[in-house]
Amino acid sequence: MNNKDLKKVVESALDEQKVPHVKLKKIGASKVDVASLTKPSKETRQEYWGKGLTYFAIILIIILVASIIGFIGFHGLETFTKDHVNIFHFLTSSDWDPGEGKNHVGAAAMIVTSFAVTLLAALVATPFAIAVALFMTEYSSKKGARFLQSVIELLVGIPSVVYGFLGLTVIVPFIRNIFGGTGFGILSATLVLFVMVLPTITSLTVDSLKAVPSDYRKASLALGATKWQTIYKVILRVASPRIMTAVIFGMARAFGEALAVQMVIGNAVLMPANLVSPSATLTSQLTSQMGNTVMGTLPNNALWSLALLLLIMSLVFNFLVRLIGKRGQK
Amino acid sequence: MNAKTRNKIATTGIYTLVSIVVIILFGILGNILVSGVPHLSWHFLSSEASSYQAGGGVRDQLFNSLYLLVLTLIISLPIALGAGIYLAEYAKDNWFTSLIRTTIEILSSLPSIVVGLFGYLLFVVQFGFGFSIISGALALTFFNLPTLTSNIEQAIEGVPEAQRDAGLALGLSNWKTIRGIVLPAALPGILTGIILSAGRIFGEAAALIYTAGQSGSTIDYSNWNPLSPTSFLNIMRPAETLAVHIWKVNTEGIIPDATIVSAATSALLIIVVILFNLGARALGNHLYRKLTAAKS
Repeated sequence: MNNKDLKKVVESALDEQKVPHVKLKKIGASKVDVASLTKPSKETRQEYWGKGLTYFAIILIIILVASIIGFIGFHGLETFTKDHVNIFHFLTSSDWDPGEGKNHVGAAAMIVTSFAVTLLAALVATPFAIAVALFMTEYSSKKGARFLQSVIELLVGIPSVVYGFLGLTVIVPFIRNIFGGTGFGILSATLVLFVMVLPTITSLTVDSLKAVPSDYRKASLALGATKWQTIYKVILRVASPRIMTAVIFGMARAFGEALAVQMVIGNAVLMPANLVSPSATLTSQLTSQMGNTVMGTLPNNALWSLALLLLIMSLVFNFLVRLIGKRGQK
Repeated sequence: MNAKTRNKIATTGIYTLVSIVVIILFGILGNILVSGVPHLSWHFLSSEASSYQAGGGVRDQLFNSLYLLVLTLIISLPIALGAGIYLAEYAKDNWFTSLIRTTIEILSSLPSIVVGLFGYLLFVVQFGFGFSIISGALALTFFNLPTLTSNIEQAIEGVPEAQRDAGLALGLSNWKTIRGIVLPAALPGILTGIILSAGRIFGEAAALIYTAGQSGSTIDYSNWNPLSPTSFLNIMRPAETLAVHIWKVNTEGIIPDATIVSAATSALLIIVVILFNLGARALGNHLYRKLTAAKS
């Protein structure tokens, strides 16, 4: 409907009105600003503006993540597309000397070490995390739980380089004294990562235990079960999918941790012979070598492939969490 | 072995493990503070770092850390606020929302070294910013966005629905309701989220070593012109932060007192992070009491 038609409508409405609109009669139908009637109100405009702002922020985040995956994927794949390194060789060979040519780009030693420290750290940390979580939810008073809560928050707050420094000055000499050798290696890294993933696993486990309905506890105790039977046979069973998620989150953190590990692992790209021999993880190699290579050369591209591997593993951990989450809902 | 003995054994086991965790924490805190605090002096805080002699301080590193923190918050807060508002208020339950949530989850689980390397690729190399404060602040923004966004989202979702209904009943637009009613009510939660993420940013190093750089340039604190290369406000200069400094002196540094410097710097970092945590809690409680009539 155009403005002319609108004006006609207004006039005819005025004519038909039995009780005339006083104000409208006074100013005359011709002076009604019809244009403003057809425009969106101030509120609508505000709404568009505000909604637009929030959409902008969201789209920025999506573009950001897409470009992180795109950029690192592009550079990481160049090792295989441009330098023609065999991807199977890359994953299985432990001969890492990219400066020597494409037949010396094998990341297996770092992949094995990364998984070893991650699994061992999760293995050590999980019993402690579950114990602390059980203590906080099932045993302790509110005061004790709050105290442990702040202990955990403090542990989360300590920067990772500080953990690395402590590992370097406390754990490495300690292991050197016991096992001999340099003290650098998987065992030191495991101990450092253990403390770092402990708070992550604990706080998520606490959430999962709190989500178990208290009726279950009462029902079990009413059947004459002891506290431990209740915990072991009821609470932990119900909470187990979410505890698994907690452990995976912890593993994701351990797998991606760079500086603290780099400071205690020894940084020698060798297949780890035992737990106390110097070795290197994906992250530690990236951290220590990225500054020593020239953009676009094979040694540099090989490092980007390691970064791509890290990225893919982080996506895999994410996927696992979702998978278990879906299982848990059933 | 009957059920009661098992119960006792399990209880003892749990108590033992909990005690070990508490001992570890106090061991860590005690170790850092005892070995670091005695070396925290005014001289240490106010003198330049030395590259090969003993007795250097962390003046520039301390300033760089704070400056990066402020810049990062300035860049990330508007984006996180927009995204948080969208997720809490506008998001419908459809594929787009689940795409956004997945994206944010992916971003939050990315190792910080990967985020740092992406920042290196994009800002340092592609855009030609070089190792600079702005590259570092942008990398830290990526690192910070997911946590800050979900903190803000939770804070906004915690505001009672009745407050929104009241605003809409007054004829306000949705956006005006959010800005004038929901956001002020969510402020304590949002502020707590900001302070907690400030602690994380302050201690982050992996995302910074290849973006903000591992060395500092000579800085002139009386030069207020942000475009001058020696000015302390210049965002294009390389900047080493406290956390990067600890890593650097331990792995590549040649100063003879590396252990002392790192111990003191660690203590400084921990103290600042603890202050942030306590501050977040105190502020949250204070605002909560002020805004809600709760008594305690």
